[in-house]
Amino acid sequence: MGERQETERPKKRIPMREQPPGERARNFMEVPYGYTAEEAVEEASRCLQCLKPMCRLGCPVLVDIPAFIKLIREGRFIEAAWKIKEDNALPAVCGRVCPQEIQCESLCILGKKGEPVAIGNLERFVADFERDAGEIRVPEKLPTTGRRIAVIGSGPAGLACAADLAKLGHHVTIFEALHKPGGVLIYGIPEFRLPKIIVEREVDYIKKLGVDVMVNTVIGKLYTIDELLTEGRYDACFIATGAGLPLFLGIPGENLNGIYSANEFLTRANLMKSYLFPEYDTPVKRGRSVAVIGGGNVAMDAARVALRLGAEKVHLIYRRSEAEMPARRAEIHHAREEGVEFNTLTNPVRFLDDGKGNVSGVECIRMELGEPDESGRRKPVPVKGSEFTIPIDVAIPALGTRSNPLLVSNVPGLGLTKKGYIVADEETGMTTKKGVFAGGDIVTGSATVILALGAGRKSAQAIDDYLKWKFWDTRKFAPS
Amino acid sequence: MYRIARKDILSEAVVSFEIEAREIANKARAGQFFVLRIDERGERIPLTIADFDRDRGTITTVFQKVGKTTHHLATLGEGDSISDVVGPLGTPTHIDRFGNVICVGGGVGIAPIFPIARALKHAGNTVISIIGARMRELIFWEEKMRSVSDKLIVTTDDGSYGRKAVVTVPLDELLTNNEDIQRVYAIGPAIMMKFVCITTQKHRVKTIVSLNSIMVDATGMCGACRVEVGGETKFACVDGPEFDGHAVDFDVLMARQRMYLSEEKEALEHYRKKKEVS
Ligand SMILES: Cc1cc2nc3c(=O)[nH]c(=O)nc-3n(C[C@H](O)[C@H](O)[C@H](O)COP(=O)(O)OP(=O)(O)OC[C@H]3O[C@@H](n4cnc5c(N)ncnc54)[C@H](O)[C@@H]3O)c2cc1C
Ligand code: SF4
Ligand code: FES
Repeated sequence: MGERQETERPKKRIPMREQPPGERARNFMEVPYGYTAEEAVEEASRCLQCLKPMCRLGCPVLVDIPAFIKLIREGRFIEAAWKIKEDNALPAVCGRVCPQEIQCESLCILGKKGEPVAIGNLERFVADFERDAGEIRVPEKLPTTGRRIAVIGSGPAGLACAADLAKLGHHVTIFEALHKPGGVLIYGIPEFRLPKIIVEREVDYIKKLGVDVMVNTVIGKLYTIDELLTEGRYDACFIATGAGLPLFLGIPGENLNGIYSANEFLTRANLMKSYLFPEYDTPVKRGRSVAVIGGGNVAMDAARVALRLGAEKVHLIYRRSEAEMPARRAEIHHAREEGVEFNTLTNPVRFLDDGKGNVSGVECIRMELGEPDESGRRKPVPVKGSEFTIPIDVAIPALGTRSNPLLVSNVPGLGLTKKGYIVADEETGMTTKKGVFAGGDIVTGSATVILALGAGRKSAQAIDDYLKWKFWDTRKFAPS
Repeated sequence: MYRIARKDILSEAVVSFEIEAREIANKARAGQFFVLRIDERGERIPLTIADFDRDRGTITTVFQKVGKTTHHLATLGEGDSISDVVGPLGTPTHIDRFGNVICVGGGVGIAPIFPIARALKHAGNTVISIIGARMRELIFWEEKMRSVSDKLIVTTDDGSYGRKAVVTVPLDELLTNNEDIQRVYAIGPAIMMKFVCITTQKHRVKTIVSLNSIMVDATGMCGACRVEVGGETKFACVDGPEFDGHAVDFDVLMARQRMYLSEEKEALEHYRKKKEVS
């Protein structure tokens, strides 16, 4: 450790080459190209190999960051990938979609004076390298235990949990409602940010571990949780059904044609490939002037998909200021580069009708920041008389989601929060119902891929323990 | 893959399939639907479970050739397979012993009203059914309906079969002459359900309708299926598909059903051209 070579170390981060904004805003190909081996080694050489690496503390699953960076520097790329996989089963995904700027990279010591090490870019590089080399390693599995576990939902939480349990020798079945596994990674996050082939490969890897993946299976409808535990002879269940139900604004005109929840718009585009209509059967309205309402990753994705579907103008409408947008910085930057127009401190009041049931405009009001609210952020308040109208033919509210009650409200004995999310122990995912664990967005509300993945891993460990001792401690949930 | 075990051509435009889907058949109840996707490039469309056979492990669906997907579907035959079948979805019909009930099925809506009429009959209700269509050749399942009804009235718009009337005419008469109808169930085109509800409202008889809105996931995740009921936005796939007809805003439903008219035309033309070429 500590081979310090101050003079050779590049000061500035090696940028990742990308498609030029004008070009990429019209296609669905991935935006950044990824590092070459030389670039990766050079970027890796910036790492100080800190004895107390702060970066690691910023990682929700505690990836051994300096260790994998060291392997890159030594040109041992495949070993670097395996190093990450000790803690994170989906590096090709996380390298692309984790909010590194508020996690590992935000704590990197180099960030104090200059730019932090591009940890996310390096993670992506080694994962892609391993894949391109065709050397996906299937780790050795422990002997079969004969235990059966049902995992409900195939998003990052479900996939991570299933992978770990399979490695421990358990028999795992994933039940997925849609026709394709992957959760938000497949239906929500667009191709140009996370190519679907990557998600498919991750799912293949999990199948190689021996996990059965049953698509087209809506738990709560086709089988209940109790049926899985009794007739299905599963010893435990892990519920990872994600955050469902999209929120709408609740303003007049919201059910006009041309108004989509971001979930619907993105599902049509990503899962159903409506950008290839009519080669693919699912249509989507290709707006000329599109309003996207919200400031998170989902809003940025919807805005950028609308551009790629041919919109001349995409207006992003957000009630607070840009500094408060919850989206990854890279997404905001990319969206702006591609030509998305930002209308911050603006709130929609109602949608206007073209007389035929289609949306033709959105009336907005300007906002200003007032007193801080409960969250400590200054609360936006409307400026009287500042109403104005934006002509649009498609609108996409991207306001977040509520818990989807389809499954969770039909499980007797399963404790829910006031908002309808599952009450679960943070460390283990144990719920109030014996044998049932839960994790990911259905517990936390909409969060991140890496947090869902971390929750899946913790529950896998806890399920393994539970299967040994069948010990269920729900005292934590008792009202105090 | 889900195999088509049996195909019946009910009229030039209407086809029925029995699809092998044992688990769904085991769970299906009156009022529920399923989603199918023909192949890798297909769209997801909801279809009502018009019947199910737990011994054979099949579900029956009846569909009308309207857009690309249903035209394509109709070209499949016995032994062919469908890529994806998901169900049973939606809340089942609330079945109880109400007394006297009327079941109204219009057009392809005759198919989904059948399991509801049957369940109501089994529960001990006196069931009067009215089935109607534009013309004789669009009437199907008459005997099936008769077998679960105490009385069956058939209407056609052009008088080519049964009584020359729209379904609301005999409905209105029944409600006028019989004070003792507890409930009306109506499934059919939105415009028919709208007029059924106007009729039953006059007589203050609770009416249940099943809304066939456009859907994508059908699990409550996207909101494509949203409808306005009692001034509130509801998701037909999870909150429904059945609602209190007197609270439904049928104009919003009809407008939303028309959302993709031009795209549907384009898709159908594209499909026909491709078929010609091959
Ligand atoms: C458009 C978009 C962009 C995002 N961008 C980012 C980003 O850049 N970075 C980031 O970290 N996070 C991002 N997120 C958030 C992240 O994707 C989620 O936090 C994460 O996917 C949650 O994982 P999960 O496993 O809990 O659930 P999900 O990924 O939601 O998966 C749940 C799965 O369960 C299935 N399911 C639901 N109900 C049932 C049932 N009853 N039976 C069977 N299956 C069922 C669903 O169909 C789904 O496939 C984004 C989210 C969206 C929507
Ligand atoms: S904090 Fe930065 S410099 Fe230190 S080990 Fe982590 S990545 Fe390397
Ligand atoms: S079809 Fe998507 S929520 Fe109903």
